[in-house]
Amino acid sequence: MWIYEKKLQYPVRVSKCDPKLAKFLIEQYGGADGELAAALRYLNQRYSIPDKVIGLLTDIGTEEFAHLEMIATMVYKLTKDATPEQMKAAGLDGHFADHDNALSYHNAAGIPWTATYIQAKGDPIADLYEDIAAEEKARATYQWLIDITDDVDIQDALKFLREREIVHSLRFREAVEILKEHHSSKKVF
Amino acid sequence: MSESISKEYYQYMHELQTVDFVLVELTLYLDTHPDDQQALAQFTQFQRRKRVLMQQFEMAFGPLQEFGNSPPGQTWTWSSSPWPWQV
Repeated sequence: MWIYEKKLQYPVRVSKCDPKLAKFLIEQYGGADGELAAALRYLNQRYSIPDKVIGLLTDIGTEEFAHLEMIATMVYKLTKDATPEQMKAAGLDGHFADHDNALSYHNAAGIPWTATYIQAKGDPIADLYEDIAAEEKARATYQWLIDITDDVDIQDALKFLREREIVHSLRFREAVEILKEHHSSKKVF
Repeated sequence: MSESISKEYYQYMHELQTVDFVLVELTLYLDTHPDDQQALAQFTQFQRRKRVLMQQFEMAFGPLQEFGNSPPGQTWTWSSSPWPWQV
């Protein structure tokens, strides 16, 4: 079971209405390497992974939902006061026609989220390498998003998220080593 | 929405987020380094701090967690705003 906590993991400050920036940020909401995909990937893999790394997958998967909420907060705040004309000017007219100012799980190009973004091979090493790659891809995406905006408030929150991807990647690399060690020690007997 | 939120809310929230960050970070670290006693001691220390901060925050601004994990108070305020994305 999960318990919700009525707070963001890290403060998200948004001082202006900027639907154009929201259009880019939605990549990390419903994109292939976004936070939804990350959370669902790890929480799905943990059922068939060796016991030694279930805790890590559970905790990182849970943290990803906190990141999803931060991205949602950015997108919500950047678009909540936008007029239909502003949405149209930002290239969000297609989104607006279907969703008004509601959020939707799609990427920056408007393509809906799909389960094909996440892998579960049932092979622990294959799954963990997939997770390391996912974290590195998300880190790269955050870097492109930081580069694409000059909004210092948004940059601050994006930098926090970028650093979390680095830590997650490191922990997954350690998990690979733990499994390798466990595997080779079993062979001795 | 943000006009009606007090300065204290942001101060308490910020402190809570700071302590929680340490706890998240140590949790993931301990998941792959379960024998690190120093990290565990640090975790316990920050967990105590979190409990105090949560109590203070909840006395002033209402419950942080649902399903009976936070004191509900005299009236039901869980479903009242502000929600995290509104502040």
